[in-house]
Amino acid sequence: MRPLTDEETKVMFEKLSKYIGENIKLLVDRPDGTYCFRLHHDRVYYISEKILKLATNISRGKLVSVGTCFGKFTKTQTFRLHITALDFLAPYAKYKVWVKPGAEQSFLYGNHIMKSGLGRITENTNKYQGIVVYSMADVPLGFGVAAKSTQECRKVDPMAIVALHQADVGEYIRNEDTLT
Amino acid sequence: MGRKLDPTTKVKRGPGRKARKQKGAEIELAKLLVNEDEPKKLSSRGRKRAVKRAKGATARTDEKQPKKGFSDDNSKWLTPAKRKRKIDHSEGDDDSDSQWEQEEDDGDEVEDIEQGVKEQLEADDDDDDDDMVDDYGAMEDSSEGQEQEDEAAGSDGEELLPIERAARKQKKRQEAAAPEGEDDDDDDDDDDEEEEEEEDDEQEEEEEQDTVQANIDHMDRFKLPSAEEKDKEGHLLLDLQSVHQRIKDNVDVLSHFTEKREEGRTRSEYLSLLKSDLCTYYSYNDFLMGSLMELFPNAELIDFLEANEVQRPVTIRTNTLKTRRRDLAQALINRGVNLDPLGKWSKVGLVIFDSSVPIGATPEYLAGHYMLQGASSLLPVMALSPQEGESVLDMSAAPGGKTTYMAQLMRNTGVIVANDASAERLKSVVGNVHRLGVTNTIICNYDGRAFPKVMGGFDRVLLDAPCSGTGVISKDPAVKTSKDTSDILRSAHLQKELILAAIDSVNADSQTGGYLVYCTCSITVEENEWVVDYALRKRNVKLVPTGLDFGKEGFTRFKERRFHPSLKLTRRFYPHSHNMDGFFVAKLKKFSNTIPTSPAVDEENEKASETETPATSEEKNSKPESKQQSKGTRGNVKAASNSKTESPNAKKKPVVKGKKLKDEGPKKKRAKMDEQNSKEGKTKEKLQALKIHKDITNESVTEKAEGSLLKKKTNKKNQKKLFK
Repeated sequence: MRPLTDEETKVMFEKLSKYIGENIKLLVDRPDGTYCFRLHHDRVYYISEKILKLATNISRGKLVSVGTCFGKFTKTQTFRLHITALDFLAPYAKYKVWVKPGAEQSFLYGNHIMKSGLGRITENTNKYQGIVVYSMADVPLGFGVAAKSTQECRKVDPMAIVALHQADVGEYIRNEDTLT
Repeated sequence: MGRKLDPTTKVKRGPGRKARKQKGAEIELAKLLVNEDEPKKLSSRGRKRAVKRAKGATARTDEKQPKKGFSDDNSKWLTPAKRKRKIDHSEGDDDSDSQWEQEEDDGDEVEDIEQGVKEQLEADDDDDDDDMVDDYGAMEDSSEGQEQEDEAAGSDGEELLPIERAARKQKKRQEAAAPEGEDDDDDDDDDDEEEEEEEDDEQEEEEEQDTVQANIDHMDRFKLPSAEEKDKEGHLLLDLQSVHQRIKDNVDVLSHFTEKREEGRTRSEYLSLLKSDLCTYYSYNDFLMGSLMELFPNAELIDFLEANEVQRPVTIRTNTLKTRRRDLAQALINRGVNLDPLGKWSKVGLVIFDSSVPIGATPEYLAGHYMLQGASSLLPVMALSPQEGESVLDMSAAPGGKTTYMAQLMRNTGVIVANDASAERLKSVVGNVHRLGVTNTIICNYDGRAFPKVMGGFDRVLLDAPCSGTGVISKDPAVKTSKDTSDILRSAHLQKELILAAIDSVNADSQTGGYLVYCTCSITVEENEWVVDYALRKRNVKLVPTGLDFGKEGFTRFKERRFHPSLKLTRRFYPHSHNMDGFFVAKLKKFSNTIPTSPAVDEENEKASETETPATSEEKNSKPESKQQSKGTRGNVKAASNSKTESPNAKKKPVVKGKKLKDEGPKKKRAKMDEQNSKEGKTKEKLQALKIHKDITNESVTEKAEGSLLKKKTNKKNQKKLFK
C-alpha cells in the first residue's frame, strides 16, 4: 500500500471530476477527519487516516481491501472507476439521469439506457458528460456517460441510446470476483 | 395474514364457488367438527383392533378399566380421547409445544408457520408426510381445541353439511361394523377426492389414538422385534410408514417405561431400536444420531429431526446505513414480496414469506438496502453490541453478514477488521461490505489463530468459529451422514485454538469493551460448552449474560462432563423451538490481560491424569490433525477451513509470545517473566504431548500408516526444543 504518485493522482482526479466536478474537494477535505487515497494491488482505496494507520499492521499479501475501493489502474495507466465508488459519486454528482422503473432491470443487467427508458435528465447535460444513474425513487443504480446532450435527447427516436453504461450495481452479483 | 386458499373448499359442489368462499370460515369450522367425529371412521388397522378390542373388551373392562363403557359409540371414543390428551402432555411434548405457543406471540414468522401447520390440519391435507411432521406435537394441540369447539358449535354449519356429515357418520359406522370388509385406504382412491383426503387424515389420527389406547389396555401392543426379525429387516427394504409407526410406538413406550415395557426387555434395547429406526427414517449416520439422542429427550429429538427436514424462513436484515425498515418493507411490498417483521427482538429483521421476484436480485438488494441473512446470525452481533468508535475484530467474517451488521450498529465509525481464512470466501465479504456502503472495514486474509500477533488490543471480538454445522442440517443435509467423532473433535480443537487467539486479541483494559462473543452454528456440546469451558480455564475471562432474552441455557453438565456453573449464561437456539438455525452464543468478558500460565498447566496435568477428560482427547486429536493438514491429503479437512501449510504447533508458539509482548506493552519485565513461565509450561505441555503421541502411535493404526514418518519428525523436533 502506498500513496498515489502525482501522475496517478492527476489521472484519477480527472476521471472523478467527470462525474462530480469540483465537488472532489469535498472528498479530500472532510470535516470528520482526514481521508486519503492509497494504492494497493493497482487499486485505489479511499480511507480515513485512522483506519489507514491500523491497516499498516497487515502485510501486503494478506490485505484484501480497506475502506472503499474507488477503482483500478489498468496496465496502460488509465484509471477505471468501479461500481464500489458509487457511494461517493452519487451524493456529489453534477449530472444525473433517472431511469423509468421498466428500464431499471435492463440497466442493471449491463445495458445502455434508451430514450424509452429515460425518466428524467439534468438540464444542459453535454454529450459525453459523466452521469450518475438513478431509479425514479432516487436510488443510485450506477454511472455512465451521456451519449446525447439534453437537447438532442428531446428529438431522438425511442430506441436511440441516450446514456452509455459504464457500471451498475448489478455488478455486485455479476462480477463479485473482480470487485477487488 | 388473511385467508389462505383452502384445498377443501375447492372440491366442494354447491351454489357457486364465490358464495362458498365468502362463507368459508363456517365451512372450515364445520369440516373440523366433522373431523372430530372421526373416531367412528376406522382405518383398516383400526378396524382390526376394534374387533380385537370388542372381543377382549368385557374381560378387560372388568379388571382394568371399569370406567369404559362400550355401549355407545361416542362415549366409547370420547373417554379414551381424554385419556390420551393427558398422556400426551405427560410425554413431554408439551414442553416444546408451549414454546411454540410463546413464540407465536412475539415471533410472527413462527406464528405463521404454526398457522400453516394448523391450516394443513384443517385442510385435511392428504400428504402423509406433512401429517407426520405434526403428529408428535401440534396435532394433538389443535385437535384438543377443536374437540371443544365441536361440542360448542356442533349444530351450526352449512345447509348441506349436516346431511353430508350424517352420511359420513353412517358410513363410518358401517365400516366399523364390517371390519375386514374393505381393508385398505387405497380402495377409496377413485372415490371423491375430498372424502379420501379426510379419511387418510382420520386414519392417521385414528391410528394414533388406537395405538395409545392399545398401549393402555394391551401391554403387548408394541413388541420389540426379535433378533431374527431384525436380521430379516436388514435384507428387506422396510417401508418408511411402518418404521415411522414403530418410532412413535417406541417413543410412547419409552416415555412410560415402567407401565408399557415388555417384560424382560431393557431400556437400552428399546433405545437401540429407536436409534436405528430414526437413522433409517431420517437417514442420519449412527454417530450423529447417537450424539443427538444424548442431547435431546426423545420427544424433543423427533421435533428437532422433523424441523431439520423443513427449510427455515428466508429472513433479511435492513441496512440502516442506507434505509429504514419501514421504507424497505414498503418498497419490497410494492415489488410483490410478502413479508413481516422478524420479531420483537429485532428492529431490523424481516421475514419473507413468498416473493414474485428473486429476493437476492431486486434493485433494493443491489443498492444495498438489505442483506439476506439468517435470523440466527443476527444474535451474536446483538450479543456483542459493538459501540460507536470502537475497534472490533470479526475473526471469520465470510460472507460478511455479521460484519456489516456490526458496521451498521456502529454507524460506520470506529474500525472493523474482517478476517477470514479463505481468500475465496473473502470476495463475498468485499462485495457485501461495499454494496452495503460500509467504509470502516479492513478486510484481511489471515488464519484466525495468527491474530493477536498481527493486531491486538481490540475492544470487542466476534468469533464465529468454523464448525461441523450440526445446527444447519436443513441447509446442508450432507451433514447428516458426513460427520463422525473425529470431525467433531477436530473442529473442537480448532475452535479451542481460535478462542484463545480471540481472547488474546481483546484488550481487557478497554474503556467500553473487553468482550468476546463466541458462536457456532453447531449444537454439539463438544464444539460449544466444552470450548468455552476450556477458555474459562485457560484465560482470565468470565461469562456474562448475552443480552438475548430468549434461547435455552447452555449445559453446565453433560454426560460425564461437568462445566463451570456460569455456562448457563450461554444461549442455545434450536430449529424446532425457535425456528431458526441451530446456534450457540456465549459472551465472555476479559478481566485481565495477563495469561494465567502455571495454573493452566496444572489443570492440564490434572486433566492428563484422567483418561476421559477433554484435554487428552483434544490433544490426541490435535496430532492427527496437524499431520493431515501438513500433508494435505485428507479429503474432509472442511472443519479446519483455516488450514495452513504450517502445523498448528508451529503456529501456536509465536502467537502466544507475540501476544504476550504486545499485551503487556510497558510492563516488559513482567512479560519476560511470563514468558519464562510459559516456556516452562510449554515444556510440560510438550512432555505431555509426547506421552500422548506414544499412546497414539500404539492406538491408532490408521493414522500411523501414513503419518508415522512425519510423526517421528515432529517428535524429534519437539524433543530438540525440549532439551534446548
